[in-house]
Amino acid sequence: MERDPRSDRTKYWKVFLTFARNSLVRDMTFRTNFVLQCISSIGWTLMNVGFYLIIFQYTTSIGADSGWDRDKFFLFIATTWFINSLVQAFFMPNAEEFSELIRTGGLDFALLKPIDTQFLISFRRVDWSALSNFAAGFIIALVALYSLATRQLDPMIPSIVSILLYVFFVACGVAIMYSLMICLSATSIWLGRNQTLYNFWFYITNFSRYPMEIYNRGWGRPLYGFFTFIIPVLLVVNIPARILARPISPQTWEDQLLIVWGLAATLLSLWISRWVFKRALLSYRSASS
Amino acid sequence: MFSTETPARTTGQRLSWKLSLWRAILSTALGERLVYRGDFALGTLMRFLPIVTQIFLWYAIFDSIESTQGGNLESTEIRGFHFTDIVAYYLLTMVARAFSSMPGLASGIAREIRDGEIKRYLIQPIDLISFLLLTRIAHKLAYYAIAILPFALVFFLCRDYFTSGWPSWPVMVAFAGSLVMGFLIGFFLEAAIGMIGFWFLEVSSLLFVYMLFSFFLSGHMFPLTMLPDNVATLVNFLPFRYLAYFPAAIFLGKIPEEDLPMELAIEACWLTFFIIVCRIAYARGVRRYSGFGG
Repeated sequence: MERDPRSDRTKYWKVFLTFARNSLVRDMTFRTNFVLQCISSIGWTLMNVGFYLIIFQYTTSIGADSGWDRDKFFLFIATTWFINSLVQAFFMPNAEEFSELIRTGGLDFALLKPIDTQFLISFRRVDWSALSNFAAGFIIALVALYSLATRQLDPMIPSIVSILLYVFFVACGVAIMYSLMICLSATSIWLGRNQTLYNFWFYITNFSRYPMEIYNRGWGRPLYGFFTFIIPVLLVVNIPARILARPISPQTWEDQLLIVWGLAATLLSLWISRWVFKRALLSYRSASS
Repeated sequence: MFSTETPARTTGQRLSWKLSLWRAILSTALGERLVYRGDFALGTLMRFLPIVTQIFLWYAIFDSIESTQGGNLESTEIRGFHFTDIVAYYLLTMVARAFSSMPGLASGIAREIRDGEIKRYLIQPIDLISFLLLTRIAHKLAYYAIAILPFALVFFLCRDYFTSGWPSWPVMVAFAGSLVMGFLIGFFLEAAIGMIGFWFLEVSSLLFVYMLFSFFLSGHMFPLTMLPDNVATLVNFLPFRYLAYFPAAIFLGKIPEEDLPMELAIEACWLTFFIIVCRIAYARGVRRYSGFGG
């Protein structure tokens, strides 16, 4: 039967909205818990901001001549916060549930539904409280941008183009993280339970939290290469943050090449994760009930 | 409880009974832990990965201080910490945390209170706190027996960051003492927090807040001397520093040798304080307790 792709898309969108609304209703049922979760994630943000403020009491930038001074570095932090909060809100609860579904055999029901399984698995739950970190990131970004625009030395106001590109590449970053997470959770089909893999996720993404230049020396070069080209987590935050924090016009061709690679890496990771997920589903042999 | 009902027993018999009880608890917990040794060793090794990021971050920081102030990497310092000291510091806080962190202790106590499991300590001749302490010691011993390999490997690979070599033996003794007391402070502090479960049934969010505070204020995130002076004075009055900062600072010689006895005595006072708080909370809590659940 011929299907109209446009009505398909609106159908998926409607399903997603239903999921999001259900999650919101669920979160609002336990409202105190929700508020406490928001408060504790903001506490975590404050601690990190405190840590970096302390660092910048002693230094003017991260890395000599790297350009990551206090204001620009805080833009970087804000970018990390945007991407992490989006991943935590939309994908983290689902990935956690996915390995549980495999272990208990509940995946059978997901496979039976007349909808794309990866879609169903990826968007079922939304953790709304994680978006409080998005707001925190927004405040950090606003303060940093204000300070950057009004400072005496080398003030800077990002252009409209760079802001648009920034939003686009933040989305790319989220897509890369999503692909990585799908790949990791798909392996739980092969391995049964993978608690260590989630720690692994945490440790890998830990590398994405700082400007990539800092790894580009001595024994960090293999890491730099690995996390740029094989598992591209270094691109996730770095590309959007660089676009926003550095003026576009006098960029070197290396910077532009990196942006092109970022786009390619996003598409590649999405494609590979889709492939890994489908392969993994083929080896799924339900669990005894 | 039961020991009072058997007055025929001599003190010697009672002591040997206690010892055999402790041995039984220890060996059970040890066996329990050694089952997952492979996963364990790998997990421990992975826990060092964030330090890799820290090494590069701090190198970049020292690099830029050096380029603005002049001089070289060896002479650049932040509050008495050179670049190599910072890396050594992070590695040592891993050791300190291996002693003082108590995963699942407070939440476990709170859960036992909520589920009514805690009843069995009220009717069996076992004291809850001693039982938990012994289990925890056994878990830690099992943990060290396996974790010593990844720890030794990482410290060997990073030996160049320990520029002043091994400290003198009085410092080593103080270091060992601070680790053991760090373990006990960590235990009684968390157990006392778990006892809050007698008053509030749900303590998980409270625990998260405690974890945040202890992560920041214990010096796990950065050496506490880097805090602004007025904040540092306040933080030095708090017990959190004994969980990570204090042992590491002793090992690196950041605390003058003549101050060590006094500092350790203050730590011992904190330890006594938490033992008392924990005991009082337990005694009060049991009085409040009404056995829910089956």
